[in-house]
Parts: sequence; structure tokens; C-alpha cells
Amino acid sequence: MFWESVLIAFEGLRANKLRSALTMLGIIIGVGAVVSLVSLGMGVQQKVQKSIASLGSNLIVVMPGASKAAGVAHSAAGSNITLTNQDAKAIAKEISGVAHVVPSVSGTFQVIAGGQNWNTSVQGTTTEILYIRDYKVGSGTFFTNSDDESRARVAVIGQTVATNLFSGSDPIGQTIRIGKAPFRVIGVLESKGQSSMGQDQDDIILVPITTAQDRLIGQTYVNNINIQAESEQVLDKVQEDITSLLRTRHHLAAKADDDFTVRNLTAIMETMKESTSALTLFLGGVAAISLLVGGIGIMNIMLVSVTERTREIGIRKALGATFRNILLQFLIEAIVVSVTGGLIGILLGVGGSYAISKVASMETVVSSAAIIGAFGVSVFIGLFFGIYPARKAALLDPIDALRYE
Amino acid sequence: MTIALTDVTKIYQMGDTTVHALAGVTLSINEGEFVAIIGPSGSGKSTLMNILGCLDWPTSGSYRLAGQEVASMNDDQLALARNKRIGFVFQNFNLLPRMSSLQNVALPLVYAGVSKQERQKRAAAALASVGLGERMEHRPNELSGGQRQRVAIARALVGDPAIIIADEPTGNLDTKSSIEIMDIFCHLNGQGRMVILVTHEPDIADYARRVIHVRDGLILNDEVKQGVTGCSGKVS
Ligand SMILES: Nc1ncnc2c1ncn2[C@@H]1O[C@H](COP(=O)(O)OP(=O)(O)OP(=O)(O)O)[C@@H](O)[C@H]1O
Ligand SMILES: [Mg+2]
Repeated sequence: MFWESVLIAFEGLRANKLRSALTMLGIIIGVGAVVSLVSLGMGVQQKVQKSIASLGSNLIVVMPGASKAAGVAHSAAGSNITLTNQDAKAIAKEISGVAHVVPSVSGTFQVIAGGQNWNTSVQGTTTEILYIRDYKVGSGTFFTNSDDESRARVAVIGQTVATNLFSGSDPIGQTIRIGKAPFRVIGVLESKGQSSMGQDQDDIILVPITTAQDRLIGQTYVNNINIQAESEQVLDKVQEDITSLLRTRHHLAAKADDDFTVRNLTAIMETMKESTSALTLFLGGVAAISLLVGGIGIMNIMLVSVTERTREIGIRKALGATFRNILLQFLIEAIVVSVTGGLIGILLGVGGSYAISKVASMETVVSSAAIIGAFGVSVFIGLFFGIYPARKAALLDPIDALRYE
Repeated sequence: MTIALTDVTKIYQMGDTTVHALAGVTLSINEGEFVAIIGPSGSGKSTLMNILGCLDWPTSGSYRLAGQEVASMNDDQLALARNKRIGFVFQNFNLLPRMSSLQNVALPLVYAGVSKQERQKRAAAALASVGLGERMEHRPNELSGGQRQRVAIARALVGDPAIIIADEPTGNLDTKSSIEIMDIFCHLNGQGRMVILVTHEPDIADYARRVIHVRDGLILNDEVKQGVTGCSGKVS
């Protein structure tokens, strides 16, 4: 009897193809919107997660200059020369729970190799940067601590720099001029692609920090110190210890403001992660409203259909159809519309999020949870919005239905 | 299987006016009887038939179908009675327009839970028995009035009911078609089925052995004819 009802429902839908299709459209759009918008939100979320991962975990950044309440470092005149290599060494030596300490300086230089020249960011740093940022050496080697001590003029270059200066030929062993100073290329970094902010992370040259300070920038202070704590548990403690150590080292009076800023990057990224999941939820919510509208569309059409087919219902009842037979017939019609619409909507949503990632070059993540969820909701909508019209049909008195004009 | 009505009334309240469509009908019909109900328009014939067919309910009084009080039956039992015991033939056929003759005739069997193969077989046989073996795939709008009514009769008898109820089955048909339809009813009555039909025409009423006159919701006259009457006198 169940399958009979399914068949009758299908015949009913086939009899009114255009109307069935239009009704379905509401669900198709709703489900498609949910699937594609959620995948868009999840794409953003994933991007943030990736950049958290690329930053390394348990990271603390110390920057020169006092911070405002909002946490934005603001550099008063002269205040950006407060951090030194010695500060970095002191942190590494005196604070427990610190895994790596990496001071760095950076500047933009014109770089020349052979006939080619290129403007890029040159960063002076230490070997340990390999531990806290996910830089990997693709070919050649990275500079060592002794390179740093001897102020060796060696450089590790990013893919973009390699392509633009050497266009295909092997850069290892070649000499480049950064500003006026000649450097030997000893390694090329693996490509990292764009950052979450859209920056080309391969457009960079890494050199030992003392070399950069002495031979390029001519400064003794550093732009920032990156610190990786040993674990999440000690993160806050390390942050506090750094603050008090630096205050002591900088001879700050008890009431004076910090002349540096200590920021916990992980915490900032966590906040970003939270706000992106809120974004996903918001997008999903907006899409869910269109799904609801689609459901109301089903109910509307079902009500019209019941009214229109009152005589048919009367005839069926006169021939022995029970309350359940009629209820099932109309309920299944509603569910068939919503499930078929849901399936098409899923295809469209998956296709749509694929198209978004291609055309708008935004990352999308099609999640099976969103698909299963959207499908489940469309079945539920069929049931929920179908039950009232179906009940209305099933409750009709045979004689009233037969007399209906 | 017998039918027994006791003091059945059907009252419609239309604003200020009360219409006594049935004003107290007591009536019993036995197995295998052929009954014609005649009376002027508005006298309550259709109302009576609908109640007999379990499509409508009396305002008061008792209707016992095969000894069972209809008022005490639940929705499923009523559906079962309409499906298995009673075949109803309407004046306006009431076929489903989008279905073929075969599908229309098979419809009661769908609700009886008969398998598809068996349904097709029995529906085809029922159509053949009313002389429409050649018109199984036609839809109602591809058939003449007489043919449509024969499809409707095939549908009424496909479930092998003991009672056939027909409300003016020939009301929309010409004389020739009417005679064909009445021959079928005679045949069904000959198989031992109870046939109750409403008609305006004395010619049609002549097929029945028992004729009940109705007026203003009351039975005026209930006569059983003697001698060679009814179908035996008519069928060639
Ligand atoms: N649903 C209804 N609401 C109100 N009054 C009704 C309803 N159905 C029937 N009636 C009234 O009941 C009375 C009997 O109607 P019914 O249809 O039984 O007559 P009938 O004998 O079949 O007439 P006809 O020969 O014209 O078919 C009529 O006066 C009619 O107006
Ligand atoms: Mg009538």
C-alpha cells in the first residue's frame, strides 16, 4: 500500500509538471544556497585555520612601541628603537618555558642578479625561524648560527624572487646584490603561496640578522622578536615574564608605560576563528530562511492542489480509500517534491561552491555535514508543510468532496 | 446481506430554513433484490442513496448494513464497506479524467490491497463483462457517455460487491445506451447481487421487481410486482 501511494503521488506530480517544478524551485534554491554559502563560510574558516597553522603554535610577538588599549601597537617618535638583539638573547636565556626566540629586522631593497632586478622584502632573522614559521628549504641549505656570528653574506630566497631574478636557471651558488652588498644564494624556500591576507609569501629574501643589521640596514635594534612557548599552558606565564624582564632591562619606572608590545598571536587568531564560524553560521542562517520560504511554497501549492482535487479525493474515498491512504498520497507528494528539490539543490550547491572557488578564487569547503543537514531539512520541510494539506484532504467527507464544484 | 433503515432522517439547516431531505424512512431490502426508487426532483432520492452507500450519514435513525450499525463504524470500517460490499454508480460517472479505463476500474482494487498483476486481470475481465474489452486504454474523454457509464459500472463491480447502488445511472444517456446499461444491471442482479437504482423514467423502473416511490423525504408507496416482470420481462 505504501508503494501504491508513492506511485499515485508520482502520477499526481507528473500530471502537473510545471507546477511541481516551480514548487521544487523554492527548495532547490534554498538547499543550494545553504550548501554553497556554508561551504563558502567554511572555506574562510579553513583559510584562517591554515594561517594559524602557518604562524606556528603558541607564538608570542614582541614589538617596539607602546600598545594602546585596543592592542594596536603605536610607535611614538623614537620609540621603535627599543628592542635589541640583546633583549632577544636575554629572553632565550632567562625565561623558562621558551622554546625558540627569533628576532628579526626587515626592509625593502632592490635586488640585482645578472641583468635582472627586483624589489623585495629582505628579512634578517636566525636559523630558528625554521621552527616557528613553516618555511621549508626547497633546495640548497639554510644559513646557520655561525653564518650569523660571522655576518656572512649569504641569502635564502623565496620562489617568486628566484623566478624573477633567475628565470629558470639554478640560483644556488649565484651572487645577488641586495642594495649595494653582494650576497651568495645558498638556498631556495619551498613555495607557500598567498597568505590569508592575499600577500605573496614567496616574495622574500632571508639573511642572517647580524648581516642584515650591519651590512644592509645599519641598525642595532630589531623590528620584532618572535617567541614560541613550549606549550599552551605556559603561554600566559611566558608572556608575563617577558613583560617584566623587558621592563627591567629597559629601566622603566613602575608607573611608566611599556615601551614595547607583547602580543599573543594564537589568541588573536582564535578570535578570528570564532568570528569566521559566526560568519558561517550567519550565511547558513540567511540561506535557511530561503529554505523556509521554499517550504511555505510547498504548503501553498499543496493546499491549492488539495482544493483542486477535491472531487478526486471524493471519488477515491467512495471507492474505499481510507484516511491513511489519502494522507499518505498527499504527504508523499509533498515529500517527493521536497526531496527531489533537495537533491537537485545539493548538486547545484556543490556546483555553485565549486564555481565560486573558480571564478571568485575564494576557497570553499563543501562539507558533508551541510549536505546531510540540508537534505534532512528538506525532507523535514516536506513532512512539516505537507502534513496540514494532506490531513485536510484526508479528513474530507466523501459526500462533501463529491459534491464539490 | 441485507439493508435495514429505521426512522432515518436527514436534515439540512440552511440559515433560517430547515430542509428535511429525509423525514423518517423505514425500509429493508433483502439479498438479491432489484429495487427502483422513483420520485420527483428534490424528494430525497440521492440523499437516501448516499446514506445507503455509506457516503453520507443520517441525522437520526438507524442504518444497519448486513446487521451492523453503520453509525458505530469507524472511518476504516466505512472505507472497507465502500470498498468491498458496495459498488456505487453515479449519474455523472465520476471517473478520474487522467486515468485509462483500465486504471479507473482497477482503482478500488488498489485500496483493497490487490497485487498489480491481479488488478489488471480483474479490471480487464470487468471491462470485458460490460462489453468494453476493446477500450481499456481509452481515457474517459475518449469515450461516449454510455461507454463511460459502463466503465463506471465495471469499476463498481470489480470488487465483487453484494450491493450495487446506482443514482440515476441512465440520467445522462440516450435510450439505446440506457437499454444496454439496464441489461448489465439485470445481469448483475441475475448473479445474485442486490441492485438499487434511482430513476425518473418509468421504463427504467420497469426493470425492477420492487418499486419504491419517494416524496418529500418520505416513502409514499413500496410495491413488489407479481408475475413475469422485471428483467425477465425485458431482456431479450
Ligand atoms: N448539501 C445539501 N445542503 C442543503 N440541502 C441539501 C443538500 N443536499 C440536498 N439538499 C436538499 O435535500 C433535498 C433532497 O435532495 P436530493 O438530492 O436527495 O433530491 P433528489 O430526489 O435526488 O432530486 P433529483 O431527482 O433532482 O436528483 C432537496 O430539497 C435539496 O435541496
Ligand atoms: Mg438526485
